Order: sequence, then structure tokens, then C-alpha cells
Amino acid sequence: MGQSIDIKQLQHWDTKIREKVDGFGLSTVAQEFELCDHEQMLSYMAYHGMPSHYPHWSYGKSFERLKTLYDHGAAGLPYEMVINADPCLAYLMRKNSPCLQILTIAHVYGHNDFFMNNFTFRATQPDQVASRFKARADRVRDYVEDPSIGLARVERLLDAAHALSLQCGRNLAVRKRDRGEQLQQAIAAAQPPADPFHRIHKPPDYDEPDLDRHPLEPEDDILLFIRDHNPRLSAWERDLLTIVHEEAIYFIPQMQTKIMNEGWASYWHWEIMNSLELPQDLHLEFLVRHNQVVRPIPGDINPYHLGFRIWRDIREKAGESGGGPSAKDNQGTMFEVRESDRDNSFLRRFLTKELIRELGLFQYAPRDGQLVATRVADDEGWREIKETLIRSVGTGGVPVIRVIDADHEQRGGLRLRHEHDGRDLHLEYAKKTLEYLYRLWGRRVVLETLVDGEASLLKSNDDGFSAEPGT
Amino acid sequence: MTTVFRPYSGADALRSDRSAGDRLRHRQKVRDAIRANVADIVAEEAILTKTPDRVVKVPIRGIKEYRFVYGENAPRVAAADQDGIEEGQVVGSLADQEAGAFGAGNRPGLDYYETEITIEELVDLMFEDLQLPELEQRKLRESLVVHGSRRQGYRRVGVRVQLDKKRTARSRIRRLVATQRPEATALEEPQRRPFHREDMRYRRRVPDVQAESNAVVICIMDTSGSMDAMKKYLARSFFFLLYQFVRTRYRKVDLAFVAHHARAREVSEEEFFHKAESGGTIISSGYDKALEIIRDRYHPSLWNVYAFHCSDGENYSGDNFDARRAAARLSKLCNLFGYGEIKPQGSYYGDSSMLDVFEDLEADNFHAFELKQKEDIWPRFKALLSRERGSTDDTA
Repeated sequence: MGQSIDIKQLQHWDTKIREKVDGFGLSTVAQEFELCDHEQMLSYMAYHGMPSHYPHWSYGKSFERLKTLYDHGAAGLPYEMVINADPCLAYLMRKNSPCLQILTIAHVYGHNDFFMNNFTFRATQPDQVASRFKARADRVRDYVEDPSIGLARVERLLDAAHALSLQCGRNLAVRKRDRGEQLQQAIAAAQPPADPFHRIHKPPDYDEPDLDRHPLEPEDDILLFIRDHNPRLSAWERDLLTIVHEEAIYFIPQMQTKIMNEGWASYWHWEIMNSLELPQDLHLEFLVRHNQVVRPIPGDINPYHLGFRIWRDIREKAGESGGGPSAKDNQGTMFEVRESDRDNSFLRRFLTKELIRELGLFQYAPRDGQLVATRVADDEGWREIKETLIRSVGTGGVPVIRVIDADHEQRGGLRLRHEHDGRDLHLEYAKKTLEYLYRLWGRRVVLETLVDGEASLLKSNDDGFSAEPGT
Repeated sequence: MTTVFRPYSGADALRSDRSAGDRLRHRQKVRDAIRANVADIVAEEAILTKTPDRVVKVPIRGIKEYRFVYGENAPRVAAADQDGIEEGQVVGSLADQEAGAFGAGNRPGLDYYETEITIEELVDLMFEDLQLPELEQRKLRESLVVHGSRRQGYRRVGVRVQLDKKRTARSRIRRLVATQRPEATALEEPQRRPFHREDMRYRRRVPDVQAESNAVVICIMDTSGSMDAMKKYLARSFFFLLYQFVRTRYRKVDLAFVAHHARAREVSEEEFFHKAESGGTIISSGYDKALEIIRDRYHPSLWNVYAFHCSDGENYSGDNFDARRAAARLSKLCNLFGYGEIKPQGSYYGDSSMLDVFEDLEADNFHAFELKQKEDIWPRFKALLSRERGSTDDTA
């Protein structure tokens, strides 16, 4: 890696980059950089970058996996890690070359801007992130050390809660209706539609809404639902469910904007580095590094590459669209998009047929034990490729499963429905996850889904797991 | 807007070792997972021929983090390489995808990975799983054997051949010096100073009792034509287990292989497992050969003998009586003598069974049973060990 760079030089470059950042109109919050070595970086990666985090064996597993991959040279380390917090927190690898550090700092400011401006992050309360994670860690440690609770029981609950943590509302900007509003909604929905000829029409039959049903509307937040409606849980168990849920909703915006966010940061490091008038050797290294980060990975989707290409396309497109908007306006479009979109809407709006073709995207599916390309970027295929991609990005990889009945068969069972969109559940995983759900709910658990096009009921109760044809 | 650079602090022990507790807990879980799957692992052929310090890869199935995820039928999107991709082109295999090699993406992958473990550790885990309390103490079994006699110290009476001349002479001088009167020295004439009876020193001999910890595992197998690969494989698993078990308890463990069909021969390990012979089966020939080996090289007073016989139950019917008699003799000499009748499903075997023949053989340390499939190995092995002679009295 050659010589590393000292803090003075870093500050020198940072001042220059900051000028550019402000010049380009990015709106960032205070930034903190911490220099770390590879062990520390691995550690941060295992704990999602958090300086403090509650203990659980899965982070140990994650650390071991990352370390094995790193030690065997199968995977490198990221140049940086950025935490959505205010002040924004980033880790830099101290052994990285000067060019890489400068590039990374520019990149970090891109993330900083994105975290602070994109709508999905509004609810994450960045100014309290560090203290919240610390407080949660302390609470979990207290439970572990409490002789009446202990590690085994905490772990048992966390295992189950982790399995369900992503089963929650997808759009955190949408406010959840409370019970009263849900009641009103149900009553309003049961009213017959307004009929201007009601005097001459026979009044339609009035279906009385079932207001005793619980929940009134299908419920996305499974952990919270269990917390609020399972009376057999004790206080510490409820608290652990809250902790796991809160952490999940902190990370969900990052999952949902991976492509936009990385693309945005890459786009801005590219702009900033080009405008810095770097000495030639640094500039050449920059070009090499940039192309290593922003390159297609055959057989996979590289969010850096995809995002970067789309952002550039937006920039160029806006310029082409006939005489009107100037470069300034194009940037305006970009800033608007970075505020109001997330990956799926971003791709829907800006992933064009030309881009799909240029990026060589294709769709594949398993057939007879092999993966076969089913659609390529031609005139018929591109729409389907685009749809498939939109469905799988962000939280699209998490099946939508909702609680529909908390008193199933009048015996306190929990009935859930998988909103099937053509993709079947992985049955072994579904089985184990249902067992966890049963552990948390304490009564029978039933999941409606489709398996190979047939309605099925997956059940988990005292007698274990069973799958039956459903209705 | 401010920017802060925090310098690197390598000595921040609190940070750098934060994952230690979780890593430890994860390793414990891995170990538990191995223990839970030990029966499967033992049945994997790959480990049987390896040496103790060799590392084997053990698949772990127990510590996935489950969530609701989509199954394999969900289509995915990926970028093509420069050559492009045509519709219908095979781009990878499902197995690759499961291993995370292709399109790993955000799919959790089948969280199936391997961990490395030495045979030694694996064997420890296996016997922990057996839950035999004395195994955890890992006490070597020892027996006291008299190897003639050896010298130990000296005494004043004894037979002439044991006389130690040097010590005798020295004790005489000691006596003379001790009895000399100082005033008389110069005056006294030189005179004869004979050896007295109390000067005599004899070497003392005691019986030489040494603790021995020797065992031999005699593997007896039917290598006649009817023993196919699957049968041999089950047999081999069993021999492996028995050998590993015996190895944990004795300092020196020998192996002997007796292959028999109509006649028996002592063979090398390689030959034992890989050579198939044709011909009929006379089981008593194998037992007689084992008895011969014990008589020649592994006398039961010095050696703990473990014998195990695998066959598919086919025997020349005229031999059954002799076989039973030889088996009775073997169980008298051995710590443990087992007979496993291997009748895997889907493999040919006749109707005859030696289990009937051995049914009335009354010996505590003899155990005969049937092996039908890999899954039987572990429970049958546990049952066999419970029959071992002296398995309870040597913990004291």
C-alpha cells in the first residue's frame, strides 16, 4: 500500500474536499473520521459498524466468517464504513494509500449527504443513534447478568426475535393507524357507496363489519404485535423484542437505498476527485481505484456500479432534453431524486431499456438443478428484467407476511398470511422461522401461503411442524 | 460544519476485543452442533482411514440463522460478463448458488459451512456423546504384571550369589574405623582383621510388577464374495469406532486384521478392506485364527483383547456348531467380543443368520446384533460398549 498518510495531511485534504462538497450544494452534517486497523474494521463490520452493540453469538459468527474470508484473501476489506448518525461517523483504514484516503473521504461525504436528506432516514433520529445503541447494549447485558434471567434465556429469545426482525412495515414514512382510526376505517369501508339514486334503488344489504376481529387490519410488525398482545411475556422479554425491532427499523432504510446510496456516494467522489486538480500520480491511482469499485461483477449486481451509472444517466439525460434545463437544473433533479426516492422507485423511474442493455443485465432462474438465463436485455425481455430487479432490491427479498388473526380457532392461535407474489417461501427456512414464532407466541401458529401454486397451511405447535393443503 | 479526525489507537483493548465473548459463544455452538451430528459424521466414509492428527472437514448444519426467505424458484437478475448472455444459456448451477459462488447477492444462502477439526477432537466429542463417565476422566487402564524380579536395595542376609563384595568390604572398613581406640593405634601390631557376619551385604531382589496398558483390537471380517462395498463400509465404520474407543483407554494399542472366507488369513489393513475373495464361508476359521493370534502374540495376561467380527450372516451350515464353540472361547479371552451382522437394505443377503446361532451363547461380554444402515452404527456401538468386561470396576 505504500506510505500511509498522517492526520495533518488528511485534514488538509479534508478542507479542500469540504469546499467542493459545499460548492456542489451537498448538505452535510458534522463528520467524524476514525482511523482503524483491519481487526477493528472486521469488528465494526460484524457489529454493523456500531461502536457499542448488544452481544449475541451471531455477531461472533459474522466476525469469524469475515475474518476467514479476509485471511484467505477471498474478500478484501471495505475502504471505509459510514454510520448514519449525527455527527456522521466513518472509519478509515489507516494503512490505505493517500489517494485512497482522499477518495474515501469524498465518498463518505456523499453518504453523509444522503443519510441526512433521503426521506427514508427521517425517522432514524441520527443525533441519538450512538446513545441508543449504547443504552440497548447495556440493557441486554443487564438481562444476561441478571441471575433470574441469564444468558441462555436471553439468547433463546434473541434467536427467535432476530428471525422475525425484518417482518415489519416496509415504508417507515407511512404512519401506522392506531386502533381508533382502524375502527373508523372498518366502519367507513362497510358503508355502502354513496348512491345518487338511493331513493329509487333498493338499499343494498348492509354487511356489518366484524369489529371484534383482532387485528382489524393485517399487521406488518410481527415483533411489536407479539410484544403488545402476548400476555405471557415478561417485561424483559418485551423489552428485548422492542430492542430488536428498533434496531431493524434503523437498518431498513439502508437496505432500501443500497443502490441509490452507494451510487450517490460514488457519483460525488467521482465529481469531487475530478475537480480537485490532483497531482498526476494521485489522479491515475484514483482512476484505477474508482474503476475497481464501480465495475460490473459478472453474475451479480454491484450496487456501486448500477447506482453510479443511473445517477450519471440522470445527469446526462436532463442535459439532453432539448434546450430547456441547464446543468444547474439537472443537478436539481438529482437532488430531488436523492430526497424522495428509494431503490425500487429509483429503478422504476430511471432504469431505462438502454441502461439495462448497456449493463448487460439478464434474468435467470433455476431449471433442473442449473441456473438458466431466462430473459436477456432485448426488446421483449427488458421489462421483465426490470420488474424482477425492482422486486428483489431493498427489502424486496423479504417476504411480506402479516398477522391476520390473533385468536385463531378461538384458541389464542396466531394466523399469518404470506402475500404471495409468485415467489414461494423457502420451506425449510419457513419451518424453522415458524418454530421461532411459536416460541415467542406460545400458542399454535399458522401461516397461509402458496406452495407450487397450491394453497398451503404451515403450522407450528406443540407437536412440531406440519404442512397441510389450505383453502 | 466541523470535521474531526480521531487518530488510530491500537491499544484500545476495549474495542479490539469486543467480539471475543460472542466468538466464544459461537464456537460453543459449533461444537454443540458437531456433537449433535456426530453420528452422521462418523458415518461419512472420508474420516475412517485418517490418522489422529489429521484434520477433517465437518459440515455444520446446526447454526443457521433462519428467517422467512424466498425459495429457489424466485428468478433473479445479474449482470453479464463482456461476452454477453443468450437466452436459455446455463449460467451456473444451483449447487454453486447454494455455496454462494454465483449470485450470492442478498440471498441468505444455505448457511452450510465446514469447520475443521482433528480426528482426535472428533473422537473426544464422540465419546462425550456416549456419556460414559469414566471416559471423561480419560484414565488409562492399567493391569499389574510380574516380569520376573529386579534389584531393590540391600540387606544383611541372603544367598551367596547375591553378595555385593564392594559394599561388604566398605562396611567392614566402616566397622574397623568405628571400633578403633585412639591410644592403641601406634602400639598395636598389625593383625588379621577378618570379615564379620554383620559386614555382609546382599543384594535384595523383589518381584518386578509393572503397570501395563496394552490392548489389541482384532478385526475379523468375512471377505467372501457376498460381502459387497456397502457391507464393508458399515463394517469399517464399526472397526474405526472400536479402535478409536480402545485408543482412548490404553497406552499401546495394536491392530490385527483377520480376513476369512473358507479359510482365514491375517492380512494388512489395506488388503482387509479392499480385497474381495470368492468362495464359501466358514466362520469358525476366522475365530480359530484370532485365537491363534491371541495365543502367539497377545497373551490375555498382558493384553486386553477386543475382538469384533463382521459378516453378512452366511455360513456353511455344518460349521455353525464349531463357530459357536470358538466364539465362546474367544469371549472368555477377550474383554469384549462383538459380532455384527450386516444386512443393508437393498443389498443382497441370504436368509441364514448367525444371530440365531449365537442366541444361546451365554457370556456377559459378548454382544451380537444386526446392522441395517448407517444410522444404526452409533446406537449399536453404544450398546456394544455397555457389554464390556470390567467397564465399571476400573474406575476405582
